[in-house]
Amino acid sequence: MIDAARIDDGVAVVPPKDNYINRAYSIKSWLLTKDHKRIAILYLITITFFFFLGGAFAVMIRLELLTPHSDLVQPETYNKFFTMHGVVMVFLFLIPSVPATLGNFLVPIMIGAKDLAFPKINLLSWYILVVGAAFILYAVVAGGVDTGWTFYTPYSSTYSNSYVMAAAIGVFITGFSSILTGLNFIVTIHTMRAPGMTWYRLPLFIWSHYATSLIMVLGTPVIAVTILLVGLERVFRVGIFDPAIGGDPILFQHLFWFYSHPAVYIMLLPGMGVISELIAAFSRKNIFGYKFVAFASLGIAIYGFLVWGHHMFTSGQSIYGSLIFSFLSYFVAIPSAIKVFNWTATLYRGSISYDTPMLYALGFIGFFLIGGTTGLFLAAIGLDIHVHDTYFVVAHFHYVMVGGTVMAYLGGLHYWWPKLTGRMYPEGWARLSALIIFVGFNLTFFPQFILGYMGMPRRYAAYPDDPIWQMLNVFSTAGASILGAGYLLPMIYLPWSMRYGKYAPANPWGATGLEWQTSSPPPTENFEETPIVTWEPYEYRPREEKVVVNKILPTD
Amino acid sequence: MSEHIVSKTIYFLIFGALMVLTVVTYWVALYDFGRMNVVIALAVAVTKAVLVVLFFMHVRYSTRLTKIVVISGFFWLAILVSLTLSDYFTRPATSGVGGVPASKSTR
Amino acid sequence: MAEAVHTTTGHPASAHAALQHHFENMEQQREAGTLGMWIFLVTEIMFFGGMFMAYILYRAYNADAFAAASNALNVKMGFANTIVLICSSLTMALAVYYSQVGKRMMIVVMLILTMILGTAFLVVKAFEYYDKYEKNEIPGRLFPSRPFKWGESGHGSPAQEPGRDATTERNPQAVQTGQEQKPDPNFASRVEMFFFIYFAMTGLHALHMVIGLGMLIVLTIMAWKGRFSPEYHSPVELGGLYWHFVDIVWIFLFPLLYLLGAHGVGGGH
Repeated sequence: MIDAARIDDGVAVVPPKDNYINRAYSIKSWLLTKDHKRIAILYLITITFFFFLGGAFAVMIRLELLTPHSDLVQPETYNKFFTMHGVVMVFLFLIPSVPATLGNFLVPIMIGAKDLAFPKINLLSWYILVVGAAFILYAVVAGGVDTGWTFYTPYSSTYSNSYVMAAAIGVFITGFSSILTGLNFIVTIHTMRAPGMTWYRLPLFIWSHYATSLIMVLGTPVIAVTILLVGLERVFRVGIFDPAIGGDPILFQHLFWFYSHPAVYIMLLPGMGVISELIAAFSRKNIFGYKFVAFASLGIAIYGFLVWGHHMFTSGQSIYGSLIFSFLSYFVAIPSAIKVFNWTATLYRGSISYDTPMLYALGFIGFFLIGGTTGLFLAAIGLDIHVHDTYFVVAHFHYVMVGGTVMAYLGGLHYWWPKLTGRMYPEGWARLSALIIFVGFNLTFFPQFILGYMGMPRRYAAYPDDPIWQMLNVFSTAGASILGAGYLLPMIYLPWSMRYGKYAPANPWGATGLEWQTSSPPPTENFEETPIVTWEPYEYRPREEKVVVNKILPTD
Repeated sequence: MSEHIVSKTIYFLIFGALMVLTVVTYWVALYDFGRMNVVIALAVAVTKAVLVVLFFMHVRYSTRLTKIVVISGFFWLAILVSLTLSDYFTRPATSGVGGVPASKSTR
Repeated sequence: MAEAVHTTTGHPASAHAALQHHFENMEQQREAGTLGMWIFLVTEIMFFGGMFMAYILYRAYNADAFAAASNALNVKMGFANTIVLICSSLTMALAVYYSQVGKRMMIVVMLILTMILGTAFLVVKAFEYYDKYEKNEIPGRLFPSRPFKWGESGHGSPAQEPGRDATTERNPQAVQTGQEQKPDPNFASRVEMFFFIYFAMTGLHALHMVIGLGMLIVLTIMAWKGRFSPEYHSPVELGGLYWHFVDIVWIFLFPLLYLLGAHGVGGGH
């Protein structure tokens, strides 16, 4: 067993005899596990599959848009491609991504607990995701859905002949996976912190996941009931969104976006938590303004519930309602900005190293800055009327979701890979991938800002026969192929590393945090003995000094 | 065990109050108080709910965290309702939904 | 190393049988369970809340149609159901009480009473639903042989409601103008909206009742087997929280759905 009090110096070591992976090898021990770490790995495999499925639909979209005409596929088929791309990416990848993989794995360890509060519910969450995903897959395979991932009525409730019910049932079910995960995190963080782990000693990763869990728990039920009502409307042939009986289709949009706007913060906040950890570790500095960053997470979560109408400026919402939402939307940028300022201030005079996770973190800051500020453009009603439903919006949300969340996810995956698997990934290939992704991403999505501003509508299979428009679309598709290559590389070297990678010590990065005080990979119970926390978070020393591993005391 | 045991007496008292309030709500609905009908009905319902929450569900004797959780639930519902109505009530009145609802004609 | 009271590898032999391996002690386990159930109930508030939103919105703009439709509901049955549920809340609370003081048979008795009352509620509901089915008041085309109808053979015709003025019910304007008018087609459609909301909300509520009954069955079996004690009775408490919540939803549904038009469109009773 690794002696937790030993000072690490990065020397490769043989993995501990008993860790959570080699404890048992049977399929049953994985599929019936209650260990949060194994459940995290189950999620990791699942969402990786769906990332590439959603990516496949994106490939079809970008191939179609190489030429102005709808010549690759019929417009009806194209509608299904962008719908399935959205549904799969949002509900089966982005929403679970960081919380269900990194969050599930790390939350108990970071707070010094043995597991989450409700391990069986944790496993149930995964099965619920799989069942919901099965319904969505059925909809894909049986013929597709063409309503857009937003399922707007009356098309989804009355007129669409595609597999709306199956997709709606799938989305409904996956919502409960999210709700139960959030519930588990909140209870765990409140009740299971190790002795001495006060709220202000928690890593910012925990604060972010706590804030995310608030959103999951408060928002997801509303989209669940809304999708249920759309399903009922299809079954009854009338419903509450149906003008024939005095209903308003816009009510659907209110109920839908009440969840779906906070949902984007579900997708973003955990990534921001990752970035806080990465910036601190690779600047070897305490995060500047820890409390500000912590409360900014809560602020984003709570305030994010007040702005949903900014998705509805052109829908028929009253001008006064729109004004209120526009006004409120500007303020939601403030806590995000506080975080970006504080990360930047952390970098200042830090001892910076450019390992792969840091490359992703730096990329995140740049992309999130662009994506976030273009959100402010969209909050302005006048400008939004011009660019609503154009590629400007598409570029905006891909900058924050892909340039933001996916970058953070990959950065976190690489940072904690040694902890999850006990192996180091190959640094050269990983850095190359990060750079390829950075270049490919910009080439894919920056032209879309221009296209959107010039007026190219989203969700159209064709566009005007204009050389400039086509050139920009070609750039975007070229960028997408580079981006795809960048995403495929980790799919090769990460599994490779599980077999052939260097064995990882307990703390390969010399970072602070309870997760680095236990072996790589950790034992099933996470710690040899319950930690007693007496130190503040991010107590880094300059690289010249050895990191003093904080001593874990026996309990009695 | 730091658990407060609510006495049977209190349970029966609250039960009695809930019964009385139910009868009140039914009785008030038989008469036309115009706009006040809704107000009274909601006030009674809220009172009953508060009694159930505080005593049957033990929130009166629960931690501050529990109380915050309960209040947050209703507060979030209030956000949904109020901001959505901020759209509808400021729309021009049409034959569909829109505009401030006219006061219910009393008949 | 001194003998630890407990390590991460397992609880000492003196630990309660119901203590799960990842919790330090029963107090922590109980605290976690209670917080978890309350958070779940908050999700339920938001879940039902979406439908309440629709109700509030459409009631605001279709007050008369909603009142007329509400009249078509059987107030006596709704009232009876409300009483039944409040009684079941009492028996549930008493079940929790007896689990706190450790009276095994009384826990079982109270849980069984709660189940009987809950079942009675559902039976009454089934009668109500069937009545609506027969009167063609199920909205839309759920049953293609019985599309929604209002004002013709359904409610609104004199044979159905003795003592009520069907004319005024069908068309409130008739009272003012003093003459019979053709039924307003919009009126019937708004009535249909009410019924959609009625079925959606009471249906969702009934589903929660059924789940609650399942939970009660499990609790009764556990109580019968003597699994509960003053030291450990969380499942009864948490089950009670769920049951009371379902009761609270009905406390709001009853006046909002059943009592809208009770004072009659043509005057008081």
